[in-house]
Formats: sequence, structure tokens, C-alpha cells
Amino acid sequence: MFFITHCMAALSCCLLDAGGFGQPYARNESKSHRSQLALPPLSSSSWQSPLRAFAWGMSSVASTVLTLVLFATYLGIGALAHDSHFSLGWVLGSTLLVWAGPAQIILISTLGSGATAVQAAIAVTVSAIRLFPMVVSVLPLMKTPKTKRRHLVLATHFIAVTLWVECYRLLPQVPRERRIAFTHGLGCGLVTVCMFATTLGYGLAANLPQLFAAAILLLTPLAFLLSTARNCNQISDVLALVLGLALFPLVSMLHTGVDILISGIAAGTIAYGVHWSRERERA
Amino acid sequence: MSEFFGSPHALLILVLAGFLPNEIWRMAGLWFGSGVDEGSEVLVWVRAVATAILAGVIAQILVQPPGALASVPDWLRYGAVAAGFAAFILTRRSIFAGVVCGEIVMLVGKWWLG
Repeated sequence: MFFITHCMAALSCCLLDAGGFGQPYARNESKSHRSQLALPPLSSSSWQSPLRAFAWGMSSVASTVLTLVLFATYLGIGALAHDSHFSLGWVLGSTLLVWAGPAQIILISTLGSGATAVQAAIAVTVSAIRLFPMVVSVLPLMKTPKTKRRHLVLATHFIAVTLWVECYRLLPQVPRERRIAFTHGLGCGLVTVCMFATTLGYGLAANLPQLFAAAILLLTPLAFLLSTARNCNQISDVLALVLGLALFPLVSMLHTGVDILISGIAAGTIAYGVHWSRERERA
Repeated sequence: MSEFFGSPHALLILVLAGFLPNEIWRMAGLWFGSGVDEGSEVLVWVRAVATAILAGVIAQILVQPPGALASVPDWLRYGAVAAGFAAFILTRRSIFAGVVCGEIVMLVGKWWLG
């Protein structure tokens, strides 16, 4: 056990160092694979108008490779819906309303395989639990003392893994009072791209080879893993990621139906415990 | 129009089994999270749990692959993701490099297997 903890600490150090601990996003703009789009400085007068902030949010869609990943994922979801005999309007509605890739894949594949609506609802509900802590952790970034709950409803709807990751990366570069408008722009931009991809995938479905379909399905775990790893800037985050990956296969042997929830809470709590004891040692 | 949207029954299922199960968790986060301060200790725990649940979703897709991904052997799926992660670390956290590398390993592996 001692050995394992040390390995993890070493692994997490290497993860943290690779990103430049403390300022994980400071170098983003100079990265060649990111587009040249740079947000104006915080003091710039172009942040005065909420509409401009919305436009900046929308154009930030072009600044992340995750947009490409989403595009391909929704191409796959469109194709999957076509093959499972759902209508185009239905799958577009699911992209707009559900707005969570894994949930849509689970919904379409369980309903398509003849499961009842209740069984599908349970599977989707369990996969969606992750949205709760994401919302709780990201909303404080957007709030000002004057913000009312209802101002955050639309931004909350847009929160899924991509927006969660991008908010941590981009919001520090946006003045606090414009962050909601910016998030609305980012969310609308991403939804538009995905609606287009869904339609395209639905249309192309009959012509997609199986290898391509497998490649698209592999995108989700790859992109989720790497974007989460990129967002890890505390030891608790790194440990949570590593332990979460390791615990799920063990817990899934119990076939509880809520395996992800059990492994997630257990791994997250252990990771927090390590963080807590380290903080105490330091104090 | 009815051809575009399909039967009202299917749309009802979309709302009940797709929209509501997701939106409930988001709105619960909005409701209960409003008292939480940025930088508070609770948030560190909440973020750790969110990360670990996400890790569980990743592991689930890899261990119990859906649809066409099931046609890829276990070792190749794990190998492709490991290669992608290695590329990500080597390129100083480039998601793009990691994703491309993982996909190439999977495609080459499948092609090699025939």
C-alpha cells in the first residue's frame, strides 16, 4: 500500500510538473495547436458590452481541440440514432435538451436494444450524477455578489464535460461580471456545432464503415481522460482520476447498477483525504 | 413535421428518460451549490468526486465497450488509450497530440489484425 501511494505521488508530480504547477493555463495561448484567437486583456474596453462578451465566448469555440472531438462524437451519435431508427428531429432534440454525449449514447443504445423507458432512465440518471459536482464546482467562477440564481439557469444547462474544462481554462481571462454572457456564447457555439454534426452523422450513417464507428466511440474516453488530466492542478484531482479509473473495474464486479457512483464517491473521498492530511502536515 | 420529429410517444420518452435525468442533477447543483464559495474545502472534495465519477465513465466505456468499439480487442483498447496518454505527457499536455496518437494506435492495430 505504501508503495502504491508513492507511485501515485510520483505519477501526480510528473503530471503536475508537465503542466507547470500553479499556472497550468498560462502558456495556452502560445501553443501552436491552439488557434491564434486570444481574448482581450481584462482591462480592455471591449468587455464593457455583454453582447461582445457573448461573441467572444462563441468565437472561443474555435480555440479548443475539444470542439473537434465533440464534432466527431456527435457525428457518431447522429449515425447511432439513424441506425437505431430514431427520427432526425428526435436526435436533434436530444442534443439540444440532454446535452451530454455519454448520456445520449446510453439513451439511444439502451432504447434501441429494446429496453424499457424506465431502464433507460435509470441508466441515464446514474451516468448524469457527475453533472452535479461539475455544476457546483464551476458556478462559483461565474458568480458576482449580485448574481441571482435564475441568471445561471441557462449556463447551468450548458455544463457538461467540455464546458466544465473550458470554463476553468477561459474564465480567468474574462472579467467576472461578463462571465455569464461569455459562457452563454460558448455554450450556444458548442451546441450549434453539435447540432450540425448530429444532422451530418444522421445523413451519412448508411455509409460509415465499422472501423470509423469504433474510432469515434474511442474518442469519448480518450478526450475525457486527457481533458480531465489537463484540468488537474491539485494532488486531490490527480489522485481522484487515477483511483477512479482503478476502482471502477473492481466495483463493477459487484453489479450494483450504481457502480460508477460507488467508485466515484469512494475514489474522490480518498483523494480528498490525502489532500487534507497533506494540508495538515504543512500547517 | 410529424415525420421529422417521429411519434409523440418517442418525444415523451426523450423528455422523461433523457432530458429530466440530466437536468435534475444540473439544477440540483445550481440549487445546493449556491452557498459554496470558490476556493472552499468542500469544493475540493466535490471536484475530486466529479473527477472520479468521470474517471468511472471513462473506465466503463473501455471495460464494457458500446457498439462498434466492442469489435476492438481489450488489449488494443487499453493500449491505444495508454499510448494517447503517453503522447499527451510527452508533448507537455497537448490533448490534440494525445487523441491523435491514441486513435492512430487503435486504427493501425485493427488494420494489422485484419
